[in-house]
Formats: sequence, C-alpha cells, structure tokens
Amino acid sequence: MRSSTVDQITEFAIAAFLWALRIVVVLVVVVGSFLTLSSGRYAWETWSSLIVSGLTNGSVYALIALGYTMVYGILRMINFAHGEIFMGGAFAGYFVGTMFASIGLLSQGPLVVLFAVAVMIVVAAAFSTLLALLVERIAYRPLRNAPRLVPLISAIGASYFLQYTFRGVFGAGIYVYPDVAVLGQRVPIDFLRLRWVDVLVVVAAVVMMTGLYLFVMRTRMGTAIRAVSEDKSTAELMGIDVNRAIVTTFAVGAAMAGAAGVLYALLFDQVFFFTGFVPGIKAFTAAVLGGIGNVPGAMLGGLFLGQVESVGPTLFLDGLNVPAPNQLKDVIAFTLLVLVLVFRPSGILGERVTGQRA
Amino acid sequence: MALLVAEHVTKRFGGLNAVRALDFTIDESSIVSVIGPNGAGKTTFFNCIAGFYHPEEGRITFDGAPIHGLRRDQIAHLGIARTYQNIRLFAKMTAIENILVGQHFRLHGTWIGAVLNTAGVRAEEVTSHDEARRLLRFVGLAGKGDVLADKLPYGDQRRLEIARALATQPKLLLLDEPTAGMNPAETAQMTAFIRSLRDDLGTTILLIEHQMRVVMGISERIAVLDYGEKIAEGTAREIQTNPRVIEAYLGKGGAADVAGQDQGGIDVTPPSGS
Amino acid sequence: MTNQAVAPVAPDAPVAPAAAVDWRRVVRIGLLGGVVALYVCLVGMVEVFQPRALVTGIITLGQTTMVLVGVGAAYLTIRGQSMDRAGAAAAGALAGAVAGIFPAVLVVIMEVVNLRAMFLHASPGTSAVLTLGLGAAGAWVPIVALTVVGAATGLLLTARADIQRPATAALVALLLAGLFAGLLRPPLLASSVTAGIGRLLFASDGLTIAGAVIAFIAVVGGRIAMRRVSLRSRVAALSPERQRAARPFGLIALILLVVWLPHGVGPFFAQVVAVVVLYILMGFGLNITLGLAGLLDLGFVAFFAVGAYTVGLLTSTAEYGIALWPFWAAVPFAGLPILGIRGDYLAIATLGFGEIIRILAGSNLLLPLLGGPRGIINIPKPIEVPPDHLLAGPIQIYYLGLVFALVVAFVAIRLRDSRLGRAWLAIREDEDVAEALGVNLVQTKLLAYMLGAAFAGLGGAVFAGLLGSIFASSFPLFVSINVAALIIVGGMGSIPGVVVGAIFLIGVPELFREFSEYRYLFYGLALIAMMLFRPEGLLPSRIVQRELHVPEPDANGDANLDAIDQDARLSPGATG
Repeated sequence: MRSSTVDQITEFAIAAFLWALRIVVVLVVVVGSFLTLSSGRYAWETWSSLIVSGLTNGSVYALIALGYTMVYGILRMINFAHGEIFMGGAFAGYFVGTMFASIGLLSQGPLVVLFAVAVMIVVAAAFSTLLALLVERIAYRPLRNAPRLVPLISAIGASYFLQYTFRGVFGAGIYVYPDVAVLGQRVPIDFLRLRWVDVLVVVAAVVMMTGLYLFVMRTRMGTAIRAVSEDKSTAELMGIDVNRAIVTTFAVGAAMAGAAGVLYALLFDQVFFFTGFVPGIKAFTAAVLGGIGNVPGAMLGGLFLGQVESVGPTLFLDGLNVPAPNQLKDVIAFTLLVLVLVFRPSGILGERVTGQRA
Repeated sequence: MALLVAEHVTKRFGGLNAVRALDFTIDESSIVSVIGPNGAGKTTFFNCIAGFYHPEEGRITFDGAPIHGLRRDQIAHLGIARTYQNIRLFAKMTAIENILVGQHFRLHGTWIGAVLNTAGVRAEEVTSHDEARRLLRFVGLAGKGDVLADKLPYGDQRRLEIARALATQPKLLLLDEPTAGMNPAETAQMTAFIRSLRDDLGTTILLIEHQMRVVMGISERIAVLDYGEKIAEGTAREIQTNPRVIEAYLGKGGAADVAGQDQGGIDVTPPSGS
Repeated sequence: MTNQAVAPVAPDAPVAPAAAVDWRRVVRIGLLGGVVALYVCLVGMVEVFQPRALVTGIITLGQTTMVLVGVGAAYLTIRGQSMDRAGAAAAGALAGAVAGIFPAVLVVIMEVVNLRAMFLHASPGTSAVLTLGLGAAGAWVPIVALTVVGAATGLLLTARADIQRPATAALVALLLAGLFAGLLRPPLLASSVTAGIGRLLFASDGLTIAGAVIAFIAVVGGRIAMRRVSLRSRVAALSPERQRAARPFGLIALILLVVWLPHGVGPFFAQVVAVVVLYILMGFGLNITLGLAGLLDLGFVAFFAVGAYTVGLLTSTAEYGIALWPFWAAVPFAGLPILGIRGDYLAIATLGFGEIIRILAGSNLLLPLLGGPRGIINIPKPIEVPPDHLLAGPIQIYYLGLVFALVVAFVAIRLRDSRLGRAWLAIREDEDVAEALGVNLVQTKLLAYMLGAAFAGLGGAVFAGLLGSIFASSFPLFVSINVAALIIVGGMGSIPGVVVGAIFLIGVPELFREFSEYRYLFYGLALIAMMLFRPEGLLPSRIVQRELHVPEPDANGDANLDAIDQDARLSPGATG
C-alpha cells in the first residue's frame, strides 16, 4: 500500500524538527559557552563556587535518585511520594539537630559535630524508612498487580497526603536548621571556595552510594533485588522472597533519601513542608537521565544534573545575553531530560529494566 | 518465483548468535516450514522478517524490495503478516474488533470523516464489518464476533489471530506454532485450514512447527535450524532421512540407532506441546 | 475488598444465632482507631475545627472528628459479622474504649512533657477539646466518650431495619448540613424570602439546635414517607415502554438543571461551577489522549497555557471574537518528537515539557512577549455586558465552556467508535502487535496527543476569559495532575465519568474551602482510597471495566456472575 503524502510529510516534519532541536541545543551550548568565557565576565571564584554547588546539589539529587531508580526497577512504578520521604528525613534531622543544639553539642569541635551529624543522618534515615514502609504497605502493596496508572495515582495521593500531614503536624512555617559553626567555615584551600559543609555532603554521599553499590552487587539480598527487578516470576520460582526484596528496596531507597534530607537542610539551612517537591522532580529527572533502574546511572545522573543546573545558566545563557538566566535553570534541567528521553531513552548508562512487566 | 529472499542473515544478542548467516528462499504460493530444536533461532528469524528485530548482517528482500531495517508497519503495508507463539490478541477487544484493527491500513476513513459521520465513512464501516464477519466465518468463528478475545477458548483464539492477520491481505503469512497445545483432531483441522489458505487465497505460508505430522504433511520445503544455522533444507522425505537433522533432534546416539535401522524414514515426533 | 452491608435485622425475621465475638479482632480495630485518633489530634484537625460548630452550643466540629473516629472503629468491628445487639454494643464499646486510650495518653503526656516544640497541635487547645475542658484531670473523658459512641453505634447498626435506615440517613444528613452550614447559610440570608428560614436553621458557625432537630425529623420523615409510597419500586414496576417514555423528561430536567445552575448558586459558586466546567472540558480533552489512546500526558497544562496566553495576547487590546482560533494555534509542534517515547517515560517527558513551558512563560527572557511574572492583564470577557445581566461574570464563561465541552465530548464519542479509536485501543493493548498490523504508531499517537492538546488549548482560552488575567503561576504541574486524576477517579474513557470526576475532585474541594488546610490531605487520601477500592473509577466505561475485571452488572444491576464463570474456562496460554 502506498504511503500517503500525509504520512510522508509527517515523517519529514518529525525528522526535521529533531534535527533542528539538536542543532539549536548544540549552538546554545557551544556559542553560549564561548561567548561567556571569552567575555571574561566571571572570575574563577565564581566558576569554582558554581562547580562546588553543582557537586553538592548533585550529590543530594543522586542520593534521592537512587530511591526512585530502585523502586522503578523492581516495581515499574514511579514513586511520586519519594520527595516527601526525603522531606521527612529533613524534618527528623531538624528535631534531632535542634535538640543537640540546645545541649550545646553543635558548637563543639569537629569530631563531636561529626558525631552529632552522623546521628542526625541515622535518625533521619530511620524515620524516612519507616515512612516509606508505611506508604508501601498501605498505598502500594495492594496494587502490585494493577495496571500502571493505578499505583501512580495512588502514589500521587500519598504524596499530597504526606505533604499536608506534615503541614498539619508541624505547621506551614519554615524551620531553620540550627547553625553549625564548624560546618560553615571555609576549608583552608586557596584556589577553591569550599566550606566544610560542602565536603561533608559530598563525602557522605559518596560513602553512602558506595555502600549501596556494594550492597546491591555483593550481598545476597542485593542480588535478590536485582533478580526480582529483571524477572519477578522467575525469581519467585527460584525461591526468592519477592516481598522481602521489594520491601528492602523501599527501605534502602528511603534511607538514602532521608540522609539526603539532612544533607540538603545543612546546605540550605531550612526546611518546610513543601521542600520535597522540587528536589523530588529533579532527582527523578536525574534517575531517568542516568538510566532508570540503573544504580550507578542514578548516581551519575544526579551529579551531572547538579552540574548542568548550577553551571549551565551562567555558562550557556549569560553569553547569549539572556536576562536573569538563573530563572531558567529548571528549564535547562528539564530540557536536558526531554532531550535524553528523545534521543537516548535508555539514559546515559542504559536502563536496566526489561520490556515486559513480569 | 521467489517471494522472500533472505541472504546471509545474522542476528546477534550481545555475544550470542541467535541466527547465523542464514540463506533462505521462499517461493510464491508455497508452504514452507522451519523446524529445529528449541532455541535454534526460528522465532528470531521470524522476528527479523517481520521487522521486530533488525539483523546485524545480511539482506532480506520481499517481492524484490529490501525490507530489513524497515518499521513493522511498513512491512505490514508491503504484505507480510504474522501470528505469535504465545497468542497476542487484543484481549479486551471483541473478536470482530481485533479483525477490524487488522484492516486498519486498508481502510481510508479519516478522523474528521469519523467525527462528521460522512457517508463515505459510514459506508466503509459497513463494508469493513461485513468483511470482518466474512473472515470470522472463514476461520470457523461465525457468530462469535462480539465475544471478548480473551474469553474465547484456546483453539478459537488461535484462529482469531490468523483471521486478524488475514485481514491485512498479506502475500506472505508467518505462522508461529499454530498448532501448539492442540489435540490430534484440532491439529488435523488446523493443518487442513492452513492448506486451504494457500489453495484458496494463494497466500504464501511460512510455518514454525514442532508437530512433525503437520510439518511433513503440508510443507513443500522444510528448513532445519540448529544453533542459529541452517543445517538442512529439502523436501519432507529428504529431511527425515538427513543424518544431521536426526542428530540435532536425537543426539549422536540416536543418529547411530536410526542409521542402523533400515527404514525409509523415521517418525520424528518430539513430545507435543512446547 | 467485599463490601457487605451491615445487616439490620428485619422486624419479623427470626434472630440469627449470634456468632461468638472475636475480641482480639475488636481490640485490633480499636488500636487502629486509636492511631487514627492520635493522628487526627496531632495533625491539628481537632484544634482547628474547634471554633466551628456542628450544632451550635451542642457539639463542635472538633469534637465531631473524634466522634467520627469512634463511629468508624465501631462500624469496622461490626461490619460483615453477625452479632446480636448486646454483642454489637459490647464490641463497639470495646473498640471505642481502646481507641480512646490513645488520646487520653496524649493528654497525660502533654501535661508532663512539652510536646509543642515538635508537634504544633499537641497543645492546650487540643487537650481542652479532648477532655471537655477539664485538662489532665479529664484524661478519662475521651475513653468514656468513645466507649459510649462505640456502643451507640453498635446498637444503631443492629437495630431494626425500619429504624436503622432512616436514623442513619438522618444523622448523615445532619453531619452534612452542619459541615456545609457556611455555604448554605449566606444564600438563604441573601433573599428576604428565605432569610427567616436561614436564621432558624443556621447559626453563624453551624446548625442551630432547632435546625438540627428539624433536619433530623425531616429526613426521618422523608425516608419513612418514601418507603410508604415506595417510589423506587413503583418506578421499576412500570413497563419498559413507559420507562423509556419517561426518559426524555429526565433528560429535560437534567438540561434545565444544568442551564439554571450558575444562576441559582450565587456569585461565588458561579465561579466555582465555571471552573468545574473548564476542568470537564479539559478532562474530555485528556480523555482522548489518556482514556482512549493510553498516553499519560502530564504536561497537559502546557497546552492549556498556550491557549490562555494566545487569547491573552490577542485580546487584551482587542475584541474577543478572534478567540476561536486558539483552537488551532494551540496545536503543539513541540509534541512531535515526544511521541516516540514509550509509556512511563512519556509521562516524565511531558511533565518536563509542561514545566519548561510554564517557566519560560513566566521568565524574563520572554517578558517582552508574554509579560514575565506579571503576566497579561485586562483580558475582556467574550461579551461585554452590564453587571446585572443574565450573562454577567463567570456565567457566560460557564455557558461557553459548556458548549465547548459538549463539542469535545461529541468528538470523543465519535472517535471512540471509529477506525482511529480502534487503533488507539489496540495501541493501548499491545502497541508492538498493532504496529505489526500496519498501524503507524507515531502518527496515531500524534493525533491523540494533538487532539487532546487542542482541546486543552480551548479550555485555556476560555479560562483566560474567566480570570481576566493570566500569570505563569496559574499553570503549575498540579493542574495536569488534577486533570489526569479526575479522569481516572471518575472512570477513564467514559464521558459521564469525567463529569463525575470533575465534580468530586474540583467541585467538592471548593465546597470545603473553609477547611483549606486539610482539603489536600483528604484529596490525597481520596485518591489512594479510590485506587484501593475502586480503581476502575466511579463511572467507568465498559472497556475499562473489561480491563480491570469488573464483571458488568446485568439489567437488574446485579453482578454478572456468568462473566466470572467464563474466566474459569480460560485455557492455558490464553492470555499470552
């Protein structure tokens, strides 16, 4: 049967558009960067602080992204409520931190502070895990065999419910994290504008991600999780306790997110009931960027996104004389997402999910 | 006259050669079978023809034009249709709706016409429904048009899938294990039906089958695959007595056994149901 | 989850032998109730609702929340069980008592420890409500109160049918009347005719005692009267021909109601109703993309925005008449490449796209074009009329939206039964097989996407007229989620489902504006509950019912058990 002219025109239009898109993006990136850098408007100090904040934000995104990617890998489900799990951790950390501050722990020397922060992270991770397990049990588990849209809506409902529960219980106000003097100080290096808190965030994130990676690759449970992600029914036939694997996945992802909550709050000093929303979306973007279901991919995607978001507006857009480029940093992030999905849907490192749901 | 020509077709998955350097020709209006042990690459080959996979090497030509690398719908437009090893009907659509989807690209009503309910669209709906019902009758499902596809009994589902494929008016029909799970009576019916497709409609048929009765019964040519390579090709007689084929199915010991027996051929019937 | 009604005992029926009460289960339910009670306290509903009365001077809304917890707990213990009245009362009482322990403990702890640093509502205010003002000394109050409530519920639910049904209905009506007192009162007071009634029934913060009594009696009387007259069975007993003849009257009545609606509900609600109609319009649009073709488009709001901005740009200095071509201007070119993306990724990609549009719209970059954060203002209504006119304000938007909504619904229905509609359904079922049958995936999906988007743009165009000004912040992700949610909750793919969904998810929360903090909490809860208990939606189309294995009821409304039996005939490998 002959292909109608409408078909051909559409094909051509799509191809042309895709090419135009590629060209525009390349132009913006290359020309913009060139113009910005050659104008010499920004000193190394500015760039270095942008890069550092890209690194720290990226680490936070990476930690949150892990939860998204693992849950999607094992259940093919976008856990919309994950951002709220992250926020819950931030809140938990706040209360522990405030308590520590009131007994003067946070104004002590570095080792004590480190210990205090570690406790905050642990408590936050535990609280987030508890929250996630509750949500899983009530809103997701009964829907495991339902068509895709159903758990998605349930997740959205859970997200709203958690947000406004937090608002109800803790109020709509902004909670300012206690000031930790040691962390705010500059690291005594000359060429880089680094604070100790930045170091803490990155190091903590790296440690946790390494731990997670080892867990997923080297332990029995980690292997079980990977097996269930690939093929649930076969894994079950092999004697793997699928339910436990799923619950563990949620728990681990939530712990990462809870820890990320504390780190985020240390970076930005504040938390309120809606904090989880934007980082949640960004982290999800990062997970898709890196290849959904792919653990190293989520880490990479997070770091990459953090950098692009931080450095991008100044680097690309300023040179092109775009007014107020930082308004558009989310646009850059989302454009990146859309581009990746259009041109390389399996993500940077490739997705690790099978086509059919088991 | 060659309808489909496959030359040196190779399909790899990572390090695994699912199909390796396969040469194969199908003549018009013939019934050809592909057999081989499980995992030999038969369905992979099907998938390459139907556009579900793109071969890494080689060419596939249909009616003179190359089709390797084309999209599935483009291949359907050229006249190739297929059925599936595990039935893939549109479960929540009725039987007649399934067939109507098969007719999709043969119909021309536009969506604007549908909204405005033009005379053209109305007339086309009538003719397409009539044609669909005719196809139902043809495959023996008369009167079951409004039953949901997943509520049909197994044998009927197989037939419906064939009817749906026929709705595209294919020149080449790929049937993937059409008699799987059937008892001898049903198998005989299906075999006769397949033959009538070629006899009455002139459709060329490529068959994957495990039931040797069927294969030997209606195939004009048979190709045997093993580990992705074609190890034999010929008539039923030739295949039955081919030592490499026997070895592939029964192993070296079995081949020796058969070689020792002086029979015109063996009844190579592996346990039915795959 | 089965939903067996609690069985009230018919007056002359022999009393069924009471099953032994599973006390452990009762306690478990009580514990659950206690957790819920604790939650309700800590999230602040008790304290925040306290100033508002259900029946002025008798019971406040804050107290009502706790009562409802007790009722709920008792109900759960009795549901599905056969118990005699004494057993039911005891079970209800026990469940209530156990549940009551939690708030009691909270009160005691609050005395000793300052929980307020962490929990905003672990406050004297909450404590006062729980203990009826007695403070820590009254820690026993919630326990006793919930015990009594539980026992009463148990007794009520096992009462004779002809008492239980009217009484329950009356109590529910009372609850609703009290909840909506804030809405019902002003319209009554506005007109001098009804003002007297308004003052009789409603005080400034709830029902008056007189109002409560009147409402109760009215409903009870009404139920009893209805039973006597047995209206429903009379109607059912009519022959089918007469039922069919009556249908046009029903239809006319419905049409009259719809046309009258914005006039009858007062100016505030006319706005609400207009918004609901707009969401219905968008719902019909997304219904094509999502309900028919299965494409989860979370960037839907972007097209809405395009439509709104187009109208804004074209009309803020000119006549509205040009507005009809946003319909076509809103066709998204940018949608083209996104259609190659599969399934869930499409959701994310469209979400990203929607956000990009929103941010760009409000950005300084596009300020000269689109007004930046300040947006576009001074958008005229479609027809300029004096303020008292029949079509003033949101009312003309309502009608305009209604007309467009009908157009979209019409298009959707026609498409659903067409060649294209079948292709969409096939793509939803199994897109690989659909493609192998010759369906061009990208084009077919593009059509669904474009049509949905065009109708969203239409909605946006009308929306601009409604508000008179638009800002980028009017188009958050929340809107896309809302539209998708209302389709799914209402029943995907079904026209009446969209209407119902819009009423429930958009209209009803507006009714609860008073309780604005907690609206979204219940919204989220409602979404979860719907998915758990009725995932196919409130009024699903037949196709979706098929997908979710809900046996369609036959002519009498009874569940069709044959459908379930047929499932059992499925042979191996049938579902592939």
